[in-house]
Amino acid sequence: MTEQTAPMRERITLTVNGTSVEGLVEPRQHLGDFLRQNLGLTGTHLGCEHGVCGACTVIVDGHPIRSCLMLAVQADGANVTTVEGMAKADGTLHPLQAAFRAHHGLQCGFCTPGMLTTLHAFLSANPNADESAIREAISGNLCRCTGYESIVDAALAAARIMQGGA
Amino acid sequence: MKPAPFAYHRPNTINDLVALVASCENAKLIAGGQSLVPMLNMRYVIPDHVIDLNRIESLNFIRENNGAIEIGAMTRQCEIEHDQLIARRAPILQDALRHVGHLQTRSRGTIGGSLCHLDPAAELPGIAALYDATLHIAGPRGTREVNIADWSLGYMTPALEPDEVLTHITFPLWKEPHGHAFLEIARRLGDFAIVGVGCLLALDRNGAIARAAISLVGVSTAPVRLSDTEAALIGQKPTESTFKAAAEHARTIECLEDAQISASYRQRLAGVLVARALKLASARAEITK
Repeated sequence: MTEQTAPMRERITLTVNGTSVEGLVEPRQHLGDFLRQNLGLTGTHLGCEHGVCGACTVIVDGHPIRSCLMLAVQADGANVTTVEGMAKADGTLHPLQAAFRAHHGLQCGFCTPGMLTTLHAFLSANPNADESAIREAISGNLCRCTGYESIVDAALAAARIMQGGA
Repeated sequence: MKPAPFAYHRPNTINDLVALVASCENAKLIAGGQSLVPMLNMRYVIPDHVIDLNRIESLNFIRENNGAIEIGAMTRQCEIEHDQLIARRAPILQDALRHVGHLQTRSRGTIGGSLCHLDPAAELPGIAALYDATLHIAGPRGTREVNIADWSLGYMTPALEPDEVLTHITFPLWKEPHGHAFLEIARRLGDFAIVGVGCLLALDRNGAIARAAISLVGVSTAPVRLSDTEAALIGQKPTESTFKAAAEHARTIECLEDAQISASYRQRLAGVLVARALKLASARAEITK
């Protein structure tokens, strides 16, 4: 180890939920912490911080990623969508969010942002996904409350609405 | 659960990368980061420098050249998973990728990262072994090539000097029409493989096996090719008894043991999966005849 001096910081510019933001970050800060601590977007939940639980999933340039496994400095120039970016500006819920409410797709809510962002990215790319494809898509998201049944029900219901162009 | 401080470098070209790697002590290269960042977060590794490969455009490509598929080291697993050329020419890569981590990790994870991390259970090194792939290395002494058979020097240790980088991988394609199969048993989809089996199989005009390749992951520190089993299959008809004999062969390989899985269970699974993979690959080979 080299001797500790003032930590190096990098300036980054990225788009988060449609808004351009700037940040000054230590290279070791991961994207999940940047979203929560620097931007106050605490909808993204950090569970395990080693890439197992999926709670911290956000969408980067169209792909669902684990924000605990991407450095904030690597998101320089990226387009990021968090769970806060899913509802419309007037508060109208995204079809997935509405379906989670209607089908009891959450209980404690800890895994919910990761479930929603993962399914948002997945169903946008695979609008005709069936139940087994949906189960496979959320295989990297752990939920300890629902047993997944109600989450899968909600995803299937939302997929039907999203196909209808809602 | 936060990494120790490190200096961050983001080269744009392979030349800049090689120069940086040569000049930084205690450096780690970050590709997709899906194995490295957990290790950084848990401080299993505490590098002074992290060198990011993500802005080197020339490391990201999929192309066919001279009867081989060439894939750049920084090509993301999700890109290979959905690539049309791969679907046509080497679909077993896509079958295997379904088992590599999860949707979210394949968005970032790269083929080169998987080959350099060299987890014993990793699927992509197993497919590289199946094709006798060549790994292309760049370093301060120029470029060189390593055959996949010589790539593992031991547990999670590739034949890569500290000042070298993997640039791309070449998968020589089979000229003869053939079938393929990749099967895996893990506790859940996306978990580390207990055993994974890849198989390529070509039949001759009379329906006998003309060429076979079988590789296993999860059983040893590096992918294992069943060369003796492959040789014994040549000239045989693809029948249940042929597959059963191959399975018996597979059950004799030496296997790793860990806290959850005994070596004998791995051997049993290896036999079951080899028979199933041969059956599926030969059914697919029938269609290509």
